[in-house]
Amino acid sequence: MKIENLNIDSSLVETLSSVSDPEIPVLTVLDLGVIREAIEKDGIIYIKLTPTYSGCPAMDVIGDDLKKAFSEIGKQAKVELVLSPAWSSDWISEEGLQKMEEYGIARPLSESNDIDVLLNSKKLVKCPQCQSTNTHLVSQFGSTACKALFKCDDCLEPFDYFKCLK
Amino acid sequence: MSNLYNYILTIADNSLILAQRLGELCGHGPSLETDIALTNISLDLLGQTRSYYQYAAKLKGEDKTEDDIAFLRIEREYKNCLLVEQPNTHFGYTIGRQFLFDVYHLMLMEKLQNSPDETLSAIAKKGIKEVSYHKRFSSDWVKRLGDGTEESNQKMQEAINDLWRFTDELFFMTEAEKAMAKEGIGIDVSTFKEKYYKEVSEVLKEATLTVPENKYFTKGGKEGVHSEHMGYILADLQYMQRTYPNMQW
Repeated sequence: MKIENLNIDSSLVETLSSVSDPEIPVLTVLDLGVIREAIEKDGIIYIKLTPTYSGCPAMDVIGDDLKKAFSEIGKQAKVELVLSPAWSSDWISEEGLQKMEEYGIARPLSESNDIDVLLNSKKLVKCPQCQSTNTHLVSQFGSTACKALFKCDDCLEPFDYFKCLK
Repeated sequence: MSNLYNYILTIADNSLILAQRLGELCGHGPSLETDIALTNISLDLLGQTRSYYQYAAKLKGEDKTEDDIAFLRIEREYKNCLLVEQPNTHFGYTIGRQFLFDVYHLMLMEKLQNSPDETLSAIAKKGIKEVSYHKRFSSDWVKRLGDGTEESNQKMQEAINDLWRFTDELFFMTEAEKAMAKEGIGIDVSTFKEKYYKEVSEVLKEATLTVPENKYFTKGGKEGVHSEHMGYILADLQYMQRTYPNMQW
C-alpha cells in the first residue's frame, strides 16, 4: 500500500497506526491496507474502511477500535465501510509483509504462483520458521478466511500462508 | 423499488440459507480441514448476505435493519432456491450442493459486477474473489470423490443424481428478476444456462461421474414455496430473535 496515493491526513497516521488487526496483531490497519481514506473535517474524523473478505469478523472490531483510539485523544471518528474497490493482498505494505513473516505467516505469492501452491502442484511457499520451500498444502482454508494452512517438510512445523487476493 | 428489494432477496437469501446449512457443520465436519473450509465458505456467504441485506434495509426504510430481514420474515418471504436448503445428508451431498451452486454463483457474480447499480456491482466484485475460491474447493472435491474409491464414487454420484432436479430452478426467472433484467440492473440468468450445464458436465466427466439425464425438475423456492427442510432451518436460524426479541450480543 502506498500511503501517499490515498487520501489520509498525515496528522492522523499516528493514531491509525495504533490500531491493529485483532487476528494478526502485528499488523496495523495501515499495514493491512484496509484504510482507504481518513480525513478530518469540522473536528470530526471520517474514515473509510474496506474489508479483506466480506464476512471478515475483524471488521466490526476494527471499526470500534478506531473510534476508541480517536476518542482517547478527544476526537470523534465516523467509520464507513466501503466495498469498492475490493481489497487486494497487494495493498499490504512491504513493512507489513515483513512483520507478518516474522510473526510466522508466509507472505502471499503472485496470482499464478498462488494458484499453483493452492492446488499443491508446485512448492513455492517459504516456511517462516526455517525458510525452506519444501512445504505442502494441508488445507486451502486456514484459521481465518484470508489464510491457507501449510506444513514444512523440513522442520515439520505447520504454518499459515496469507492467500493472494486480487 | 419493491422489484429491486425482491431482486436483492432472490440473490441474498441463497447465500444466507447456504451459509446456515454450512454453519451446521461447524465442529461436525468430516475432518478438521474440511470443517474449517466449509465454515470459512459459510462466513464468506454470510458476509455477502449482510452487504445485500444492509442495502435492502436501506431501500425498505421504516427503521428496518439487516437483522430484521435475516431473522423476522416468515418462510414464504424467503426467496432462496430449493437447492441451497437441501440437507447435509453426507459429505457427498454437501460437496455436490456446493459445487452445483458455486458454478452458478460465480457466473451470476461475473455478470452482476457490470450492473449499473453501484452497490450490487460492488458486492459482486468483492464476491467474485471469494466465490471463485469456493468453486475451486468444491470442484476439487467432486473430482477427488468421483475419481476416488468405488464407495466415494458411488456416494458422489448418488448426491449429484439427487440434487440434479434442483438445478433448473436456478435459471427460473421470478417477476422481480424479469423486471430488473428489463431495466438493465438485474441479470437475465437464462443467458448462461447452457454455459452452466456445459461447465458442470465437464467437471463431472473429469470426476468419472455420469451426467444425469433426468428431465424431471422441481422448483418453488424462488417464489417462496419451499421444501419441508426450510421450516427446520428457520427454526434454528430465528430461534434467538423470536424467543428474545431485539436481543443483542
